[in-house]
Amino acid sequence: MEFNPIIVKFVYAAIVVVVIMTLCAYAVLAERKISSWIQGRVGPNRTALPIIGGIPLLGPFLTRLGIFQPLPDGLKFLFKEDVVPGHVNKVYFIMAPILSLVPALTTVAVVPFGQFVTKTGEVIPLVLANVNVGLLFLFAVSSLGVYGVVLAGWSSNSKYPFLGGIRASAQMISYELAMGVSVLPVLLWVNAPGKEGTMNLFDIAQAQNGFWFAMWMPLSAIIFLVCLFAETNRLPFDMAESETELVSGFHTEYSSFKFGLFFVGEYAHMIIGSCVFTLLFLGGWNPLPFVTLETLGMDKGILGAALSVGIFLGKMCAMMFLFMWVRWTLPRFRYDQVMRLGWSILLPLSIANLIAYALIIFYLDTAL
Amino acid sequence: MTDVFFYIFSTVALAAGIGVVLSRNTVNGAMFLIGTFLSMAAIFVLLEAYFLAVIQVLVYAGAVMVLFLFIIMLLDVRESAAKKTSVYTWVASVIGLAILIVGTASIVSADSIKTKAAALPEPSGASLKPFGYELFTTYLLPMQVTGFLLLIAMIGVIALSKKLNTDGSAK
Repeated sequence: MEFNPIIVKFVYAAIVVVVIMTLCAYAVLAERKISSWIQGRVGPNRTALPIIGGIPLLGPFLTRLGIFQPLPDGLKFLFKEDVVPGHVNKVYFIMAPILSLVPALTTVAVVPFGQFVTKTGEVIPLVLANVNVGLLFLFAVSSLGVYGVVLAGWSSNSKYPFLGGIRASAQMISYELAMGVSVLPVLLWVNAPGKEGTMNLFDIAQAQNGFWFAMWMPLSAIIFLVCLFAETNRLPFDMAESETELVSGFHTEYSSFKFGLFFVGEYAHMIIGSCVFTLLFLGGWNPLPFVTLETLGMDKGILGAALSVGIFLGKMCAMMFLFMWVRWTLPRFRYDQVMRLGWSILLPLSIANLIAYALIIFYLDTAL
Repeated sequence: MTDVFFYIFSTVALAAGIGVVLSRNTVNGAMFLIGTFLSMAAIFVLLEAYFLAVIQVLVYAGAVMVLFLFIIMLLDVRESAAKKTSVYTWVASVIGLAILIVGTASIVSADSIKTKAAALPEPSGASLKPFGYELFTTYLLPMQVTGFLLLIAMIGVIALSKKLNTDGSAK
């Protein structure tokens, strides 16, 4: 039976979005749990579902872990009163939360999350849209996410959100440059002479059968990681929010579901960022440097595909843990420090890094 | 299917373009401009110029317009009051309209638009390699000239915004 390919794509896209949203919900739980462990607290440990929570041993164990917590968290966002203050610009006020979540969910389309190897050895990427300019598409669409923050700050028509929005836009522009330049060495290496030009994330991940790029381009990886923290507005770069000075920054005036959209948007950006870092620098779904699923002989069929997705998700979760670990460990930068770090340290460093790797790769390609 | 999308996106592009010109609120104008850029990128996708489409979004919608909004919000530009249009504006707009009509007519009547798709050269905006190749061979001089123009504009802005002493040193 043949299905209409457009409908099939719609179903795939819906599944991926549902998975991302679930991951967001559990990322919120992980954030609460990890923060509580770091601060020597217990964290959410009371919410229980009627039947599953009643199973002896397993039920209390899951309840302690807070496994059921995301459900009431989500319901809380739905059922709270949605306050729209009288002094806001209504159109942009309502548009802003949507604009902050939609780009994050759109970028998922080009992120591959595994590989499927057929019996004949043909490698099929598990991705919604396997486009040639994947990495650029991702940068382009995720750079639209800043409009959500900026418009929220502006349309709230009050001082603290406005400052948050202004800071966010300046920070985004500053760090996008260094971020873009820092991945260029990776693309230089992937696009060796004689090959067809590619910015496909799947090809980049497949190019890391030997060394992972984080190992022989550590400076690129570090600059990219720092910029990723800045682009996702996470501590120590959460200038847009900085609750100790700006109440709650750009979303001070937001409540209930609109706030929930911002909240989920932040975690969706983190998840996509972790995926991209894994694909660019941590070898994608290769289990270890110089060890691929093929060398282990476990790459064929459904099992191999599940294994590759599992390894990829594992690395992504490790990156998410790093995000949270850093948030609850480091204090926030001052605003001028953020700007100085971006323009006078990271940008020159990434350009020097690019020139150095261009020379090295030129030497490797011509002499060897 | 492609035709339907073309009509949708070109309508949105034109409507948003008119919105940019007509809106008195500067933030509205900026948002309309973003709408124009995005629908133009969509038209590039329909023409299979994926690379150009992505660059359009990345550079114009993602970076240039963020700066625009930043400046608009920082300067706190109020809604501009309706001004009386001067004679020069009228003359200039009539000349501009005439040039636009002549240009459109010449493009529509030209033979190149009727060429069969198979006879057209390989598109160079579709993927990275042909684009980069064309940029650094055929279009090398225009690219260099554009770069210099932008550099001159940047130096001009720095020179204008920096207040200098009479002997030329910075204050």
